Amino acid sequence: MSSRRSRSRQSGSTRITDEQINELMSKLQAVLPEARRGGNDRVPAAKVLQETCSHIRRLRREVDGLSERLSELLHSADLNTAQAAFIRSLLM
Amino acid sequence: MESKSSDENCNNPNSELHPSKLMMASHFLRALFRIQHTTTDSSFAGRSRKIRRAAYASMAYSVGTKRSWSSALLRKLRSRSRLRSPNPRRAKYAALPGKPRVARPQQREMDQAQVLRELVPGGTSMDDCRLLEETTDFVRCLSTQVRLMQAVVDSVSI
Repeated sequence: MSSRRSRSRQSGSTRITDEQINELMSKLQAVLPEARRGGNDRVPAAKVLQETCSHIRRLRREVDGLSERLSELLHSADLNTAQAAFIRSLLM
Repeated sequence: MESKSSDENCNNPNSELHPSKLMMASHFLRALFRIQHTTTDSSFAGRSRKIRRAAYASMAYSVGTKRSWSSALLRKLRSRSRLRSPNPRRAKYAALPGKPRVARPQQREMDQAQVLRELVPGGTSMDDCRLLEETTDFVRCLSTQVRLMQAVVDSVSI
């Protein structure tokens, strides 16, 4: 990607510039856990995409795990008091 | 603190009290409540599956049709609940103009984008720009859902 800096490319009816892509890439990087800020804007696109894929897979696995955990807990849980505690934690 | 901070909260999606987060939380908690009180299929696996589905549903409903990924998720959830076979609309989406920015050297980059397309709901019909935007939003929302579930686990584990 770095070798095609100023060329724009066509994609169907819209022209996607490398600048646009770079900007979107850095926004994506910002939500990833190893967010690199300022100074290192040379992370290759492939690396960012790869990290994103791993991160999404990891998050999905966490959802699975937490679903199972909740399934265990739900059996004996008192959701009403839990709800209160939970909302309190949101507001803190 | 009341009205001013609620304005800030609405404009800042990273705020803890953003309306969509609260919506997600309340939707998820209501679903948990329903699942807890369902007497049919009270197997561990069945409950896990329902909870997981509720997680994704909460995410999708809180964002609604504002995003492609959430619309795609909603479609999938609804079609699944009607016990339909793999969504026939899939093929239609693949034929839309604005094809993915395929084609060029850097095979590796293209493969990663393709992998990503399969991880993000609705990704297969997005061009690269859209894919990046949607992914960013999806990751943010998914992270929030995970934090939410962890918070519920913590609250219930006391």
